[in-house]
Amino acid sequence: MTFNKRTLAGVIAVATTALATGTAQAQMSDDAVRIGYLADMSGTYRDLAGPGGLEALNMAIEDFGGEVGGVPIEIFSADDRNSADVGANTVRGWIDQENVDLVGGMVASSVSIAVTKVLEEANGLAIISGSAASSITNEHCTPNHIHWVYDTYPLANGTAKAVVEQGGDSWFMLTADYAFGHALEGDVTKVVEENGGEVVGGVRHPFPTSDFSSYILQAQGSGAEIVGLANAGSDTVNAIKTASQFGLTQSGQQLAGLLIFLNDVHAMGLEATQGLLLTTGWYWDMDEASREWAERYFERVGRMPTMVQAGVYSSTMHYLNAVEAAGTDEPEVVRAKMAETPVEDFFARNGRIRADGRMVHDMYLAEVKSPAESTGEWDLYEIKSTIPADQAYRPLDESQCDLVNQ
Amino acid sequence: MMATTQTPSPSMKRRRRARQRRGALYLVLLVVGLAAPFVAYPVFLMKVLCFALFACAFNLLLGYAGLLSFGHAAFLATGGYVTGYLLSSHPALPPEVGILAGTLASLVLGLAFGALAIRRQGIYFAMVTLALAQMMFFFYIQAPFTGGEDGLHGVPRGHLFGLVDLSSNLAMYYFVFAVFVIGFAIIQRTVHSPFGQVLKAIRENEPRAVSLGYNVDAYKLLAFVISAGLAGLAGATKTLVFQLASLTDAHWHMSGEVILMTLLGGVGTLFGPLMGAGLVVSLQTQLAQSPLGNWVSVILGAIFVICVLSFRSGIVGEIDKIVRKNFK
Repeated sequence: MTFNKRTLAGVIAVATTALATGTAQAQMSDDAVRIGYLADMSGTYRDLAGPGGLEALNMAIEDFGGEVGGVPIEIFSADDRNSADVGANTVRGWIDQENVDLVGGMVASSVSIAVTKVLEEANGLAIISGSAASSITNEHCTPNHIHWVYDTYPLANGTAKAVVEQGGDSWFMLTADYAFGHALEGDVTKVVEENGGEVVGGVRHPFPTSDFSSYILQAQGSGAEIVGLANAGSDTVNAIKTASQFGLTQSGQQLAGLLIFLNDVHAMGLEATQGLLLTTGWYWDMDEASREWAERYFERVGRMPTMVQAGVYSSTMHYLNAVEAAGTDEPEVVRAKMAETPVEDFFARNGRIRADGRMVHDMYLAEVKSPAESTGEWDLYEIKSTIPADQAYRPLDESQCDLVNQ
Repeated sequence: MMATTQTPSPSMKRRRRARQRRGALYLVLLVVGLAAPFVAYPVFLMKVLCFALFACAFNLLLGYAGLLSFGHAAFLATGGYVTGYLLSSHPALPPEVGILAGTLASLVLGLAFGALAIRRQGIYFAMVTLALAQMMFFFYIQAPFTGGEDGLHGVPRGHLFGLVDLSSNLAMYYFVFAVFVIGFAIIQRTVHSPFGQVLKAIRENEPRAVSLGYNVDAYKLLAFVISAGLAGLAGATKTLVFQLASLTDAHWHMSGEVILMTLLGGVGTLFGPLMGAGLVVSLQTQLAQSPLGNWVSVILGAIFVICVLSFRSGIVGEIDKIVRKNFK
């Protein structure tokens, strides 16, 4: 057997390189960081997160350079069709078959909770951007997920408090008749009463409802200054449209929406929504940094981003930075690293991740502009005030999360 | 045997050959089912089997008794919620007890719904079942134990008979497969029994069945209850597989989806619903992760329209026709 020196040297060189790269990348599971984007791509929440959120994720990965710690970043995406079993099934498949490291997006709260239970069992990591339920980081908290953009606590508290402070102290509540609506109504009532206001009446409507006329008439008859909408999605849209048709705002009453997004206001138009008060986690025309990012997004998608889509970008960047800094995609290590680093970017101000997985950051009270004030298709909100991060979210001492009380 | 001493008539021969063919087909399918988890992803297969059982239960009613229920989601959800609630609130309970309880709850609900609904026929029957199912939907959205919009989560899979750890996907698969085979056997037995023959007679000509002296209402009610119970069994098993129960199961979309599966596969054929469920679930899973993801509902809708327009007896129904025509 001929065995010349050059071959031997070659073999040794290859072996050493393999060994070296092997040790350098041993921290990254199977030589890639894989991110799965799960959201409603075809249903009610399509415009809120949907394909736009996936594009925001793509932007984040491009801006990061397409690789982290020397390994490529791969993207998977799926439509959860707002169904918990489809969501849980998809994520189980991603973990078992594709070794996905991070799951992002997620809107319907049932999907988010189902996914976090799967990830807790499989020890994965999720960043939820789209869901509203504050229970996600309260009774359903796990060490395997972070809730990024907003939840119902600041929406109810922020809006209610600000409205009462501005003098709107008699309220009428229009509530969707199920657990989510009841919780929102409870939160608002508490805040209104604490701040010296009064809830003079209310009515509960079945979920979902398309004809709001009788409820709006009751609201008009109540004589309350503010009509609070403790509902979401198409119910809110229908209620606002009916209120507009019945001239509710013209007759001196004001609507306070609790769960309204930029795409809803855009779809309904300023005529119907003007003067509506709401709390948001982010608005594209907030300042220079947000405008700059939003315009880049607009060029790719053709719509201005919602706070959820901006949150997908922001959270993915924060995750990738943490993976780079930690040198591994091990969920616990990355989760700890993410919590160590404050979140400060175009999206989040004074942001940090708490033990319960809640990313707290400044929230904003906004008022929808009148058609006369608006200068463009997407010039929809005026930011009235900032709710500081440490006051916006549910305080940790009220938390039912096991991770906090350990 | 006595029969062998006589010369068998051609019709007997044909029937025996048909039975042999069916036996061979069952055997092949059984082997495929046993080998499947080594080829495909077990969780996906379990989902297919759960929906297949649900569709088979629905088909028993539509295909063999001619009753179009538009409220079968209520039974799927009841099975799921009862099992999920029992198993998560009493972790010591073995999974088989949970599943039996879920099935029983659906049976009882089926008895109540059936007793009301079978008094009407055709579109009125469908509307009554839809209305009753919507009532269940509103009950589940309000009831505290279901978790409302958030759903019921973290249902433990537990140990089957206190022995087999179901947290492994493979063990779970064989359990689900066994449940499916039992459910399918019940349907097969029902369809090929004298009871099934009477159901078919009622489907074809109800007044005639009445005039022959059959208590038509009792037959219909029994078929409804069996179908509801099996739908509940499917829901209960599904809850154990995914470890959750959610409102999606109770929504009328689910009642629509099972009609789609059954019609696509072939209504009134034994294997149609299995084929239909497999097709719909695979399409949903595959398309959801493809660039066509936004179009899942549109594509399924288009397939449904094509199916209804051009091959009304469904995939298995059409195959059956071809076989009958050419290989008699």
